[in-house]
Amino acid sequence: MKYFPLIWAGLWRKRARTCLTALSIVVAFSLFGIMRGVTAGLNDAIAEFTSETRLITQSRINIIEPLPLAFLPRIESIDGVTSVVPYGYFGGYYQEPRNQINTAAVYIDEFLEMYPEFVLPQEQLEAMMRTRTGAIVGRDLAERFGWKIGDRIPLGSTIHTQRDGSSVWELDIVGIWHMRDERVESDDIYFHFDYFDESRSSGNGTVAVFMTKIGDVSRSAEIAERIDALFANSPNETFTQNERDFALAQIEQLGDIDFFVNAIVGAVLFTLLFMTGNTMMQSVRERIPELAVLKTYGYRDAGVAALVLAEALILCAGAGLLGLGIAAAAFPSVFEAMGVVPLPLPGSVVAIGLAAAGFLAFVSALPPALRAQRLSIVDALAAR
Amino acid sequence: MAAIVSIRNVLKGYSRGKQRVEVLHGLDLDVEEGEFLALMGPSGSGKTTLLNLIGGLDRPDKGEVVVVGERLDRLSSGRLAQWRARNVGFVFQFYNLLPVLSAERNVEVPLLLTKLSAKERKRRVHAALELVGLADRAKHKPTELSGGQQQRVAIARALVSDPVLLVCDEPTGDLDRETSDSILELLQLLNREHGKTIVMVTHDPKAAGYASRRLYVDKGVLVDRTMGAAA
Amino acid sequence: MSVFKQIFAVTGMNLKSVPQRLGSSFVIVIGMAGVVGVLVAIGAMVQALGDTLLSTGSENRAIVLRNGATSEISSILSPQAIATIMNAPGIARTPEGDAAVTTDMIIAVNLEKKDGGLGAVAVRGVSPQAFFVRPEIELVEGRMFEPGLHELIVGRNAQLEHEGLEVGDRIELRNSVWTIVGVFKSGNSHESGFLADVDTLISAYQRTQVSSATVLLTSPGAFDELEAAITADPTLDVQVLREPEYYRGQSEEVQAILSIVTTVVAGIMALGALLAALNSMYTAVSTRAVEIATLRAIGFGSAGVVVSVLVETMLLAVVGALIGAAAAWLLFGGNTVSMGNQVSTLVFQVRMTPSLLGIGIVLACAVGFVGGLPPAIRASRLPAATALRAV
Ligand SMILES: Nc1ncnc2c1ncn2[C@@H]1O[C@H](COP(=O)(O)OP(=O)(O)OP(=O)(O)O)[C@@H](O)[C@H]1O
Ligand SMILES: [Mg+2]
Repeated sequence: MKYFPLIWAGLWRKRARTCLTALSIVVAFSLFGIMRGVTAGLNDAIAEFTSETRLITQSRINIIEPLPLAFLPRIESIDGVTSVVPYGYFGGYYQEPRNQINTAAVYIDEFLEMYPEFVLPQEQLEAMMRTRTGAIVGRDLAERFGWKIGDRIPLGSTIHTQRDGSSVWELDIVGIWHMRDERVESDDIYFHFDYFDESRSSGNGTVAVFMTKIGDVSRSAEIAERIDALFANSPNETFTQNERDFALAQIEQLGDIDFFVNAIVGAVLFTLLFMTGNTMMQSVRERIPELAVLKTYGYRDAGVAALVLAEALILCAGAGLLGLGIAAAAFPSVFEAMGVVPLPLPGSVVAIGLAAAGFLAFVSALPPALRAQRLSIVDALAAR
Repeated sequence: MAAIVSIRNVLKGYSRGKQRVEVLHGLDLDVEEGEFLALMGPSGSGKTTLLNLIGGLDRPDKGEVVVVGERLDRLSSGRLAQWRARNVGFVFQFYNLLPVLSAERNVEVPLLLTKLSAKERKRRVHAALELVGLADRAKHKPTELSGGQQQRVAIARALVSDPVLLVCDEPTGDLDRETSDSILELLQLLNREHGKTIVMVTHDPKAAGYASRRLYVDKGVLVDRTMGAAA
Repeated sequence: MSVFKQIFAVTGMNLKSVPQRLGSSFVIVIGMAGVVGVLVAIGAMVQALGDTLLSTGSENRAIVLRNGATSEISSILSPQAIATIMNAPGIARTPEGDAAVTTDMIIAVNLEKKDGGLGAVAVRGVSPQAFFVRPEIELVEGRMFEPGLHELIVGRNAQLEHEGLEVGDRIELRNSVWTIVGVFKSGNSHESGFLADVDTLISAYQRTQVSSATVLLTSPGAFDELEAAITADPTLDVQVLREPEYYRGQSEEVQAILSIVTTVVAGIMALGALLAALNSMYTAVSTRAVEIATLRAIGFGSAGVVVSVLVETMLLAVVGALIGAAAAWLLFGGNTVSMGNQVSTLVFQVRMTPSLLGIGIVLACAVGFVGGLPPAIRASRLPAATALRAV
């Protein structure tokens, strides 16, 4: 690229101004990267850590409405279903209600088969299956509270009470599991559904949701429909989604995050457009005689315009890339702070960011480029 | 010798709003190859206008402009640009160097339009700088050079693509006597030793003395040297 | 000439030249408008969210929940607990002489949202005393539900968010179909949900226990007395909270997250605006170098030059702030925003408050000052001689 020195020199004609403009682009694109990263990254995380071969069946009325445990064999009998696990939502906390711990009562062995991403040593699983009051706790949680196998922990429930009126269950830690993917926090507790169901004072014989494993992903919609059809027009109508859609629906309920992110990012880019446009305009205005000289030496009108566009493109793409780089570096920690897996910044965000930088360059440089193209040599040299 | 510039009955005027100023009224001019022509005349008489026509920077309203065998009045602006790149070098009163580029980069600018390799470009740039006596200042920025040196860089830039014609608008207008003389000697050298045809506008009779022929522009026509009075 | 007169004269001259430098002046205005626009828009939302939740609580009321329950939805109260509450001291009386207590049961129902998808709505079963305990609830259309019938009234904000909530429409709850007989407003979070008779709801759901009890106190000071009486029996396993405290707890986390987001986003944008201000004021100063040097040469002090540049930057920034606030107000003011989870959706209207505008203007002044200072100092140090030679 033999024109590069010419373009580069034009860019640095006013060092301070170019630096300030570049810095604002860097700032704007790091903001863009992080904000778009959060929305796109959530979807990525859901895509990566959920499976369409697992279905979640909840009450059609609302997820807090329990479903009868008696539904389990009926779901199991549907063709294509591999296994069904009841899920009792415990609402657990340790010592104080503000120390919430995601705790669930399930059929441990079938649950772990359904979730191969959980790792539990075989002998611990066997111990768990022998221990009625046993619990398996996530490794990160065990580390946080200093729990070891053999410990007996009092686990409070914000929802349930035992038959004796107490809302605290004593559980024996017999296993410590962790996620196969080390990036994912292992901080849930699982214990036996049967023990949970027999010991609680109300809601016996009900589950929060059913989790169903199917053999063939392509049948997930069909099987979900067949499950719901089983209980249609009963007092306990169901609503079945695959795990991915379930997670997406939860995020969607939070509110229109996309709208806010887009509004902010839009405002930032719009502001930036003015700044860069103004910088480019000023820089061309100052250089009118120089650009005219280029034309006298045989540079075509379009060529001079292209030089101006190239300057803007280098400025915007360079600074934009730097900004996106900062966003990419900061992103995993942002996600971690949000309690999500520290995933890398999605590639799509970088791609859209670069496209936005190109657009920014083009739109902000278009008026000055046109001005450079149209400028008449004779007038410019005479400084008219 | 053949005429390198041949201008016939050229009309050129400018409109500013409703007002129209006729600058050149049916002007004729021939410049022979290898000539060093000085154009003189009072301010506003149309010297620059004429020079712009010769250099292919502007087109006449009427009449014929043939320079280096090309009818310039008939070329599109794109073809005109191409023609300039090949055939003319320009030198201006205020040097018009790109302030951010070093001397050698400034000189290289016209060569970027050619298909020459980087190495060949470098060779030519240095030959041109050598010719104007600034080989040792190749890396300097214009602000680090004196006016005379800057004008030499500008001349090197005009030479580098080896055009047959040099067009200079008051090349010494901004320089002191001594520096002017050295610049004019350089132009004379280029004319005599390197066969460049030069058309130069100047207000300075002493500068015009370096030329091989002098013409006066007055109110848009050329007048004989003996009839015209120096402004 | 006195310093003030000088400042006045130079500033006036500067401001008169702003129209000639519209491009770069615009950069400051638009940059600041962007920051303040975003700040005000999110700020108004966060504030409206907080106001809606916090205004649900009153100093005159207390709420009783099961120990350990973090919200009404996960709480249940035994009949013994209810009996204890009813007989506790410090409770106001209704005109009929009943204890001003409403025992509520909360359930949730998923309904179609107007913009697609399902959203959860909280259905609150309340005692007849509820309208004395919560006088802010006001029927605006239709009539009150009749105990014993499957009837309910819907909040105005719930109506905005969800499909099919007109008087006469029917809603399917567990085992039963309920008819909407009225619409109410309350100006707080209740307006995002439905109200029904608690006993009717309990029997439809075949339950025996309510979720919570809300008590109207004889005075805010009666709280301690009430709490002492209710928690005297530890076997009841309940907690008593002042209502504002309870609702603060419900909004704390969300508000903290949103405040961090607002601060970070607005902070980054303010940095961008600062760069914009620096940029255009450096340009302004350098294009007017000669003019400024001339002033200096004829005897103006540097204070006048510094102040004039600062005033110009700050003025442009404040104009930007006003435009940004106005734009945010026009685009988002009065907009309905909803935030939800699996069991309820909070619907509220974004409101602009003078304090937000004030914050925007203060921020603009700060950005204008910090962004104007370095160019101002550069201008005042401009050596008159060199600047004049640069003509
Ligand atoms: N683009 C233009 N628009 C309007 N008028 C023009 C334009 N170019 C030249 N003129 C007018 O044409 C006349 C001749 O201008 P020109 O620049 O050719 O004069 P000159 O002889 O070079 O003068 P000087 O010695 O001052 O350089 C002047 O009156 C000038 O005002
Ligand atoms: Mg002239």
